[in-house]
This record gives sequence, structure tokens and C-alpha cells, in this order.
Amino acid sequence: MNSQSATSLDAPGRALLRSVALVGNPNCGKTALFNLLTGARQKVANYAGVTVERKIGIARLPGGQSVSVIDLPGTYSLNPASADEAVTLEVIEGRRAGEDVPDLIIAVVDATNLRMNLRLVLELRRLGRPMLVALNMADSARQRGLVIDTQRLATELGCAVVETVGVKHDGHLALLAELARDVDRSVAAQEGESWHVEVPDAAALQHEVKRLLALAAPAAAKTARFHPRLDAWVMHPVWGLVILSVLLFVMFQAVFSWAQWPMDAIKAAMTWLGETVTTQMADGPLRSLLVDGAIAGAGSVLVFLPQILILFAFILVLEDTGYLPRAAFLLDTLMGKVGLSGRAFIPLLSSFACAVPAIMATRTISNWRDRLLTIMLAPLMTCSARLPVYALLIGAFVPDRAIGPFNLRGLTLFGLYAAGVLSACGVAWVVKRVWMKSSYQPLMLELPPYRRPSLRNLLLGLRDRAKIFLGRVGTIIFALTVVLWFLSSWPAPPEGAAGSAIQYSFAGQIGKLLEVLFAPIGFNWQISLALVPGLAAREVVVGALGTVYSLSGGEEAGADALAQVIAQQWSLATAYSLLAWFVFAPQCISTLAAVRRETNSWRYPALMTAYMFVLAYAAAFVTYRVTLWLGA
Amino acid sequence: MRGRLLLLPFGFIPFTALLTMLLAELPDGAPATVREVHAHSPDLSASMLRRLGELGFLPGEPVMALRRGPGGREPLAVQIGDTMIALRLSEARCIDVTLG
Repeated sequence: MNSQSATSLDAPGRALLRSVALVGNPNCGKTALFNLLTGARQKVANYAGVTVERKIGIARLPGGQSVSVIDLPGTYSLNPASADEAVTLEVIEGRRAGEDVPDLIIAVVDATNLRMNLRLVLELRRLGRPMLVALNMADSARQRGLVIDTQRLATELGCAVVETVGVKHDGHLALLAELARDVDRSVAAQEGESWHVEVPDAAALQHEVKRLLALAAPAAAKTARFHPRLDAWVMHPVWGLVILSVLLFVMFQAVFSWAQWPMDAIKAAMTWLGETVTTQMADGPLRSLLVDGAIAGAGSVLVFLPQILILFAFILVLEDTGYLPRAAFLLDTLMGKVGLSGRAFIPLLSSFACAVPAIMATRTISNWRDRLLTIMLAPLMTCSARLPVYALLIGAFVPDRAIGPFNLRGLTLFGLYAAGVLSACGVAWVVKRVWMKSSYQPLMLELPPYRRPSLRNLLLGLRDRAKIFLGRVGTIIFALTVVLWFLSSWPAPPEGAAGSAIQYSFAGQIGKLLEVLFAPIGFNWQISLALVPGLAAREVVVGALGTVYSLSGGEEAGADALAQVIAQQWSLATAYSLLAWFVFAPQCISTLAAVRRETNSWRYPALMTAYMFVLAYAAAFVTYRVTLWLGA
Repeated sequence: MRGRLLLLPFGFIPFTALLTMLLAELPDGAPATVREVHAHSPDLSASMLRRLGELGFLPGEPVMALRRGPGGREPLAVQIGDTMIALRLSEARCIDVTLG
């Protein structure tokens, strides 16, 4: 192995380099390199365990050839401790069904932490496979005054060593050039060969690492890898918690106050569009489809784009800085008290964006019961699809009043998010006590060095979120509101019927049927009906209400009008009840499908639906009755 | 453990034992060296102990407890080599360290 490039040069079985795999410790920048090499846009952030699946892309080499690049979840050793690490081992050992062993392993190394990263490189070297080392974050290492003798390291490791910078647009060029050199001298994998080797003792590896470091990087770095002064504040037992709560408060304030101007602009555009269509077209089904279906339905969801982007801007920046694992550190005692592993924090946090990636991110939790509990709790975190519903109701029912430095609307939104988190704590506590008294779960969470958030990363991330949201509005939300429009427009009411036409339609009848179930919690037939398409995407509830009320005889279209209509027609108790319902909102088909996929059983999605429905119904019932009792 | 050491007359304790303690008991900010990873706590399985080694808790590595979480007990933020890792008390009790 020590001289694999030399031996493979004149090996008889010469074959083209077809696939390379990126392997390395968590958070060493594999995905950033992958994105550079392949032009992909996989999620990158500054914490361990962002990538939990293998991803494949194509890289074009300077010589014109193309190579498939496999991005793998980070691992601390070739001895997997969790489901995501097991994927990495499966791929590099060629045990994954239908996939060949990758022709070349690129061992990605965080150049600022060779002491830890080189252990995995040495383990990989023992596999005896073609390999090259990418010293990633080479720029940070240089800034810190670290001098790494790459020549020496290459000689000692017996493979090429190149410097890379995952966060610079040209940071992968040296790696591409090296791959181009390797393209026709790698050895093809032998059929049926086993690549498994025993993992050596970590202490023995560390001994070898120290020898390598003494040779290739003998001088210590001039500046420390961490910022103790910043950590003294951020991780302080009191100030740390204060900073965390201020951050969250500001985030929810910003969602309301910063979004006002762009939201007003979108609303005005929608109103103008609705009016123009109304005046330009003759009355008829097509005009109604455009005005009541498309504009009042999908258009009313579109209004919430600025709020979603502001929420994501905060999340993306926090992810990029390395703050999140520190927040997990601060909240670990609380999580431990309710019986959750501290590692559950990051999956649960990403659930604020969407429960589906969060459920996949639980793969980093090694204990199955712990992982299952985290999966079951993920939908209790308020996902971004619920934001439009909250924002609509808060905008319609909560006065825009200042309370100290805060705004009542922002505080209400914060309260709703907090209600989700607290109910998750409650559920975890009960489950751990009565159902699965699982064993102790360690924390062992790596706290990465701080990094300056990259503006490019932020803008690209926001563009992705905007694309996803607009994609949903343009496809599923639009389609569902159009279907709802049809159901709400036919059959036409009988001659001489009283009341609005929609009451006689299919949708009206379905709504009336469901109202029997939901009347005790204060939902009228319009809300009951809107909950049905909300199963496919929660935002559709807003669009569906828009269409239903628009067809019920409203003059204007758009979210602004919708907010006015519901403010007039609903009681405060109904509005609060619907908010309480959405804290638990058990209805999301993609989440249930993700749970089915990750647990390999229908039992857990069924259980999740049942328990969340009961919770939502109970919470809405109590809220409705208490608000009525208080005389609202 | 420190309490027990104070009760014993100094002359009878081997020098290394004086300086050896659990990472969980190490005062914040005191530089130390890992001596051994031990199954001191029944909470930790063999694979969890191995993971501690894979994270860098290996004999001879420099280690320092940096700070503790709200409440002042756990979790501990520990610097091991060039890595910072958050541990709960049970894990920190499985690591023997030598002061200095």
C-alpha cells in the first residue's frame, strides 16, 4: 500500500478512474468540496452530522474526462457507531447492493486538526486501496500559522497530498489536477474481493499520528483553534442562556417587523392582479378559477415568502457560525432531564425548517430507541410550513402593540414555537417514564471552532429556500387549490336556493360533514374543509381558506382580504383553537412517509398520526373552551 | 476523590496517585494528560468507551476541562488535543487524567 501509486502505474489491470469517494471526520468540509467538484448544492453547515446519506455527482476533470464523486457522511473511525457512519463503511467496503467499490478514496482532512483527522487517514490506508489526501481548510491552517510539509506527509503516507479550500470557488483546483493525473493509473476493483480489514486500536494509531506530526508539522499553531473569550460569553451558564433567548426573540420579532414591507408589496400585486383579471375578463368559470382559485388560493400563500426567508436567514447564519452545537451544550441538562440524548438537539432544531430532513438527521443518534423517540418528537417542532398559518391568524387576531421592546405579535409567535418545544419535552418525559426506559445516552458532541458566516452561502441557501417554497406554491399548493376550487364550484345550487352557492357544492358538503367532528373545538365548516388539503402541505390551509372565502362571496381576493374576512367572521376562541391545533398539526403526508422510510414500518407513522391527532384535538378543545369561558 | 486524598497522610500515597483524578473532577482550566479510559460508570457500554478513544481520549493526550453547562455540573466542555467536545458527567467519570 505504501507505494500504491507507483505499483499501480505498471499494474496489468489498468482501468479508468470511474468513481471517487470523499471520506473524512465529521465537519471537515467534505460536502463543501463535493459541491465545488460537482457543482451540486448540498447543504453545508458548521456542525458534525449535516450529511447523513451518500450523495453522488459528476466532476469534470481538466483533461475532459468525467468521474463520479460520492459524498459520504463523516465518521470518526471505520468502526461505525450510528446509522450514518454505517453508510460510509458500506460504500467504501463495496457492500452496498448494486454499487462497485469506489476506485479511489479521497481522505478529506481538516488541516487545522491533523491530530484527530490523521487517525482516520491511517485507518483508511490500511484498507490498501488507491487513496489521496485532501488537506482541506488549508487557508485557515495558514492563517493560524500552521506549517504543514505536504511533501513529507505524502512520502510518509505513501499517497499524494493536495491542499484544498472548500469555501473558495477555486479551492478544489489542485484536487482536480491530481485526479486528472490519477485518471489512468488507478487499479480497478477486483470482483468479489472483500475489502474489510480489522480496525486497529486508536491508541496505536495516535502513536503513529504523533510521529507523522513531528515530521510534517512540528511547530504548534501560532493562534488557537478556538475563541475562549467568545465562548466565555456564549457558553456562560447565565449569559449563554440570555444570549440564546435574545437571539430567538429577535428572530421572531424580525419575522414580523422586517417582512412588513415586502409582504405589503406582494399583497398589493396580488390585489392588483385580481382586480385586473376581474375587470378585463367576462364573468364565468374561467375568471372565477383565476381569481378565486389561483390568486385567492395560491397567491395568498405566496405572501408569506418574505417571512419564511427571514426565518431561514437566521437559521442559516446560526448554522454557519458553529453556534448550534453550543446551544445544544447549554440545553443538554434540560434535554437529559426529560430523557433525551443531547444529540437529539440538532435534528430537533432542523425540524424548525422541515420535519423530513430532521427525521433523516436522527441517523446520527446511535441508540435505536432514542432515535425513535426523537423521530416521534420532530413534528412537534414548528416547521416553516406552519408559519403562514400562524402569521395569518396572528395578523388577523393579535393587535400590533408594543410590549416593552417587543411587539405583541412577535411574542405570540415566540409563544407558539415555545409551546411546541415544551409539549415535546412533556411527551418525551412521559414516554421515557411509561413506555421505554432506555439506557443512558452519552453526549459526546464535537463543538467546532467558530467560522465567519459566508454571505455567498447565505444567499445561495436563501435562493434554494425561495425556490423550494415557490416550487411548492406553483405545483402542489396551486394544484390543490384548483381542485378545491372545482369541488367548491360544483354542483351549482338548486334554483332559488338561499345562502351562498358554495354551501351546495361537494366541498361545502364535505366541510359540513367534517364540521360534526370539529365543531366541539370551534372549527366552522370552512376550516374543517381546509384541513383536508392541508394534509399534503400545511400551507395549503391558508390557500384553501382563501379560495373558500373568496367563493363565499368576498369582493376582494388575496391574503389581506382573507385576514379581514376571518377577523370579522371567526370568534377569538376559534382563532386560538386553530392556533393550538397547529402547534400539534398531525397532518403532513411527507413527514409520515419519511417516518415510514426511516423506521421501515407502518406502525410508527400510524402511532404518530394517532398521538398527534389526540394531542391537537385536546389542546384545541381546552383552548376553545377556556377562551369561551373567559368571555372572549 | 480529592476529598478522600486529603484525609490520607501524604507520605503513604504514591506520587502519581496524588496527581491522578477523574476528568469529571478536574478543575476548569487546569492542564492535564489523559492516563486511561476506564469503565468507571455502569452507564457506559464498551462501544461508548471505544468511541471516547476514537474522539481522541487516548493515553498521553493533553486534556483540559474548559467550562461546565448551566447548573455548574454538566455537560463539560473539554478540549482534547485540538478538538473541543461536550461530555456528560458519566463519560467524564470514565477518563483518568494526570494533572500537568
